[in-house]
Amino acid sequence: MSDVIANIPVNYYVFFATALFCIGVVGVLTRRNSLIVFMSVEIMLNAVNVLFVAFSSYKSDPAGQVFVFFIMAVAAAEVAVGLAIIVMIYRNLRTVDTGALNHLKW
Amino acid sequence: MAVQLFYFLSALAVLSALMVVFSRNPVHSVLYLILMFFCLTGHYILLNAQFLAIVNIIVYAGAIMVLFLFVIMFLNLKTDAEKGQPPLMKFIAVISGGLLLVVMVSILSKVSNMEAKKEGFDSQIGLVENLGKVLYKDYLLPFELASILFLAAMVGAVMLGKREAGERHF
Repeated sequence: MSDVIANIPVNYYVFFATALFCIGVVGVLTRRNSLIVFMSVEIMLNAVNVLFVAFSSYKSDPAGQVFVFFIMAVAAAEVAVGLAIIVMIYRNLRTVDTGALNHLKW
Repeated sequence: MAVQLFYFLSALAVLSALMVVFSRNPVHSVLYLILMFFCLTGHYILLNAQFLAIVNIIVYAGAIMVLFLFVIMFLNLKTDAEKGQPPLMKFIAVISGGLLLVVMVSILSKVSNMEAKKEGFDSQIGLVENLGKVLYKDYLLPFELASILFLAAMVGAVMLGKREAGERHF
């Protein structure tokens, strides 16, 4: 059993991942640059990944790490499509500010 | 030693995540995000997940962040162009994010059955050999579906990014 797994309770990883997730939530809510909003979503995805890997290692279950692998694959696909959408928004509106995308607002 | 490393990497990851959210320049945000990914890679190594550590560097710090940097430099954003949310909205957002943190920590600190598995503990599950066996034996269908997802994402990205006839140039 490695040093970290023997000495650090898994709760600490839970709290660390929760902190990262909440930072991502705050980033999505406060910023209006859609690229930064996108990066905050990546922070949230990675917080979940840390939690998956921590539980997988502490409980010796490889399924959690396989799941993280799939999350990374989906994140890569999501980033490719999302950045293409942002480039298209910039091309049409000359800005990436989310405040400019208000046509669906009541 | 590894315990101190855990605290150091956690603090660095949280700080760089905060800098991603609060720095004004999007390029700085991307660089702090890369720093955060390297901290998470360190965490994966500490947790005996060597394969995921390498994949994290290659996929996130390598491919995704290069894509982000490329798009930011492509768009030529002005640093002071972002107006930001109104102060009341920012205040409400930070308060609600903090409340989410408080609620989740207080709930998750009550959960029991979180200690490490004592008997039958296997520190080798994160190696390529074991993960590959699980991936190609138990998760073969999701693995193949992921390739279809990539194909769809690739077609979608090309379709969205393609310049239409008569459209304005950058």
